[in-house]
Amino acid sequence: MKILAVVMATVSFTILATAAAADESRIHLIDDADAATVVSACSVCHSLDYIQMNSRFLKRAGWEAEVAKMIKVMGAPIPEADVPRIVDYLTRNYGID
Amino acid sequence: MRLARAGLPSGVESDMLDSLPGKLPLLKHSFRPPNYETPVEYFSDTITPNDRFFVRWHHAYIPEIDAASWRLKIGGDAVERPFDLTLEQLKQEFEPVELVAVCQCAGNRRGLCEPHVPGVQWGEGAVGNAGWRGARLRDILTRAGLRLGAVEVAFNGADRPVLGATPDFVKSLPVWKAVDDNTLVAYAMNGSPLPHWNGFPARLIVPGWAGTYWVKQITGVSALTQPLKSFWMNSAYRIPKGKFPADDRFLSQDSETTTPVTEIDVLSLMTNLREGQRFSAGRPVAIQGIAWDPGYGIRRVEISLDEGRTWQSATLAADLGRFSFRPWRFTFTPRSRGDLSVVSRAINAQGIVQTEAWIANPAGYHNNVIRKIGIHIV
Repeated sequence: MKILAVVMATVSFTILATAAAADESRIHLIDDADAATVVSACSVCHSLDYIQMNSRFLKRAGWEAEVAKMIKVMGAPIPEADVPRIVDYLTRNYGID
Repeated sequence: MRLARAGLPSGVESDMLDSLPGKLPLLKHSFRPPNYETPVEYFSDTITPNDRFFVRWHHAYIPEIDAASWRLKIGGDAVERPFDLTLEQLKQEFEPVELVAVCQCAGNRRGLCEPHVPGVQWGEGAVGNAGWRGARLRDILTRAGLRLGAVEVAFNGADRPVLGATPDFVKSLPVWKAVDDNTLVAYAMNGSPLPHWNGFPARLIVPGWAGTYWVKQITGVSALTQPLKSFWMNSAYRIPKGKFPADDRFLSQDSETTTPVTEIDVLSLMTNLREGQRFSAGRPVAIQGIAWDPGYGIRRVEISLDEGRTWQSATLAADLGRFSFRPWRFTFTPRSRGDLSVVSRAINAQGIVQTEAWIANPAGYHNNVIRKIGIHIV
């Protein structure tokens, strides 16, 4: 339900935002058990190619800093309990540690 | 098609060409917010056509603006008489000014920084050169009655973040730069209305300064007696103090350790040479390129064919003004077969030369490192 709600929110934003946003369906993040958590946390505000583009050169501390910036500076409503899993996913699949 | 995107992080999709409405295919970095760069071969023209001009936004909500209902609000605590302007008033009630100027994203070439730093991983195309037409910001501020106590002028655009909690993109200029002859509120680009993706119906033009100040879809101008408090001024777009001593200073936004990025770089680009391209020994190779700087003027472009040991001057071509791309060309005839690296570097009227190594800074700005292109002589 939660993921569905986020997907629907994302769709309505993209219609408002850019006609090109339909192309976001072409972005495929590496799939594993935590991918859905990452998609729902990140795609509210931006397309997921931001993750791909910033790989592979960040260590865990680098991804931690990015996630912390999104929450503390950009106001992303990411549950605290999800943060370790998001950082793990990004480090594992898009980092260098 | 440019095939080599050497130096970018491995996760950057190479040659991901994608079209936004009204644009030719550009190199896509992100769909939302839209960030698209201009492929280098599009710079074969000194003026970058509107449908090839790079696209850079901070927020995902970019409304379609209705020109008839658009208003520019001029206010702030440092003006006597706040007022609103329609687009027609902006065009007809102020002396129109035309100039050619380079708009370069502060993060242009971030993707080529070593070590890599996070952010949009731009290659060499987060830059463009256009003829702009608009009203002087100074004339607009004068009508509003700019007060002596003004220290900064702040700018907002119609774009908005998805979440209310995200800091809106609001920027400011020191008042001395805001009233510069060349700082415009532009309503035309290369003789046409601004494309939606480049800020229709009007945007700020700040020749010589980074694109971050060129606020698109501008809706608000506020003259302030205090420095602007905005994430996009106080935390983002900053460089360590003292590392770039030649840059214009923006003293009211200085902190103990950092200062806002201001001027763009001295830079050159070879526009018709591709990595790995083959040429015949004994036949002339005609290189074309562009060079630019923050507006002091390009003094010289030099080419090296021996890894920087010796340099020869290229021929500078049409001068469209000190803020414009300066086209140049250089022809040489390779005598022997083998691999050859071609390097270009620009030198401006201040005597500033492109750097040999990137001056590291956390956000990946000011990458004007000399680049070489390897070719094969067969």
